[in-house]
Amino acid sequence: MRRSLRSKIIAHTFLGLGAITMIFPFLWMISTSLKDISEVFVFPPTFFGEDIRFDNYLQVSERFPFGQFFVNSLKVTSIVVIAQLITGSMAGFAFARLQFKGRDVLFALYLATLMVPPQVTMIPNFITMTHYNLVDTHAALYLPQMANAFSTFLLRQFFLTIPKSLEDAAKIDGCTPFGIYWRIFLPLCKPALATLGVFIFMFVWNDFMGPLVFINSIEKMTLPLGLASMQGMYATDWPVLMAGTVISILPVIMIFLLAQDFFIKGVTLSGLKE
Amino acid sequence: MIFLLPHLVLFCAFMLFPVVGSFLLSFTQWDLIGDIEWVGSSHYVALLNDAVFVEVFWNTIYFTVVSVPIGICLSLVLAVALNQKIRGIKFYRVAYFLPVISSMVAVAVIWQWIYNPEYGLFNFLLSVVGIDGPNWLSSETWAMPAIILTSIWKGIGFNMLIFLAGLQGIPDNYYEAADLDGASMVQKFLHVTLPLLAPTTFFVTIMSVINSFQVFDTVYLMTGGGPGRSSSVIVHYLYQNAFEYFKMGYASAMAYVLFFLVFIFTIIQFWRHKKKSVY
Repeated sequence: MRRSLRSKIIAHTFLGLGAITMIFPFLWMISTSLKDISEVFVFPPTFFGEDIRFDNYLQVSERFPFGQFFVNSLKVTSIVVIAQLITGSMAGFAFARLQFKGRDVLFALYLATLMVPPQVTMIPNFITMTHYNLVDTHAALYLPQMANAFSTFLLRQFFLTIPKSLEDAAKIDGCTPFGIYWRIFLPLCKPALATLGVFIFMFVWNDFMGPLVFINSIEKMTLPLGLASMQGMYATDWPVLMAGTVISILPVIMIFLLAQDFFIKGVTLSGLKE
Repeated sequence: MIFLLPHLVLFCAFMLFPVVGSFLLSFTQWDLIGDIEWVGSSHYVALLNDAVFVEVFWNTIYFTVVSVPIGICLSLVLAVALNQKIRGIKFYRVAYFLPVISSMVAVAVIWQWIYNPEYGLFNFLLSVVGIDGPNWLSSETWAMPAIILTSIWKGIGFNMLIFLAGLQGIPDNYYEAADLDGASMVQKFLHVTLPLLAPTTFFVTIMSVINSFQVFDTVYLMTGGGPGRSSSVIVHYLYQNAFEYFKMGYASAMAYVLFFLVFIFTIIQFWRHKKKSVY
C-alpha cells in the first residue's frame, strides 16, 4: 500500500512537470497576445503585462484578411472531411462486403500506397493542377485529398465487425446493396465516422505544405499559411502574431475537447490495428 | 463496383497516376515551361555528387537518429506513469495533446519566441543558472538541436497515447506473478512491460522514423534550413528544387530516393520484428 502511494507521488510529480512544460508555451502565447508590444521585449520576461489589451485581436483582422483565412480553412476542411467520409465509407463497404474480381489485389495496392511519402505525389499533382489552371484555387487543395487510402482502410476494418446475419436479413427483406450501406452500415458506424472525421479535420486544418505549394494570393490562403505570411511581414510584432496564433488553434482545441474520448479511442485503435 | 467508383477515380488521378508519373519524371529534365527531355538515370548519379544533397541527407539522418530514440523513451516513460490509476488523467491527456493538435505554424511561432536570444524564455532560464545561452536558431551548431527539441515536444503526446493503449493491453496477472517473485519496479519494467510492449514499440518506431525522414514544416518555418544549410533536410531541398527552381525531374528523383529510404527501412524493421517474435 505504502509503496503504491510513493509511486503515485512520483508519477504525479513527473507528469505534472511534463504537463507544465507542455502547457506553459501556450499560456505564454495567450499572455503575449494581450500585451502591449513594448512589454514583450522586457528582460527578464514578465508573465502579466501592465493591463490586458484585447486590441491585438482587432489588429489581426485589420491588417490581414484574417476572417477570410478562417473562412477558407473552414471551406477546404469541411469539403475534405465530408468527401473523405463519403468516398471512404463507400469504398470501405465495397472492400469489406462485396465480391468482385481483383478485389484483394486492388486492396493490397491501396495499402501499399500508404508507404508512399506525400512528396512523391505532390510534384505530379502540381503539374496536373498547372495543366488545368487550378493552381491558386481551393480546388487544388481539396481535390487531391478527397479520397484517401487510410480512411478507406480504417472504415473497412469497422465494417468487417458488423455481423453478416444483419446483412442477410436485410437482403431477404429485399434491401438493395445501397440500402444495406445506407440504412445499416452507416448508422452502425457513426462512432467510427465521427472519429475519422475529427482526425481528418485536424489534419487538413493544420496542413501547411499543401497551401504553401498551391496557393499564392493572400485572400485565398488558409490559416496556417496566412499566419506564416503574417510572420514574414511583421516579424517582431509578437502580440499581434500571437493573437492570430491563438485564433488559429482555437477551433481544433474546441473540437478536440468535444470529441476527446472519440479521438483518443480512434488513435489507440488505429495504433493497435497494425 | 459503383461503390468503389468515386474513390477509385480520385485515387487513380491523385495517387496512382502521380506515383508512376513521378517515377518517369525522375528520368527527365523539365522546368514546367520548356520541352521534357529524357536524361536517363543521370539525376540519380548527380544526387550522389551533389554536395548539398549529401549534406541535407546527413542532416535528415542526424534529425532522425537523435529525435526518434529520445522521443520514444520519453513517451514510454510518460505512458508508464500515466498507466497507474491516478486522478487527473483527463487533464494530463489534454496537456500532452495540446502540441499534437496544434498546427506546426502555431508551434513554430511560439518556439521562435522561446528561442529568441535577447528576450526569449530559454535563455532567460539559462541565465538564471548562470549560463549565457547561444543564439539558438542562427547558430550552425544549435539550430538543428533546437528544431529537434521542438519536434520532440510536439510529437510526444501522440506516441504516449499509443504506448498507453499498448500498456492497457497487458494483463494484470503478469505483474501479480512478478510481485510474487519479488521483482522490483525496474525489473518488472524490463522483464514484463518491455517484452510485452514490443509490438507497440515496433509500430511507434516505424511511424516515427518514417515521419522524421519527411520532416519539413518545422525546418521551413523555424530556420528556413539555415544558417547556411546546417538545418536543411531532404524534403526542404526537394521543395526548393521543385517549387523554387522548378527542376521537376531532379526533385522527383529526390522524392524517389526518399521513398526508397522509407521502403528499405520498413522492410528491415519488419524482417527484424519477425525474427525476434519467433523466439
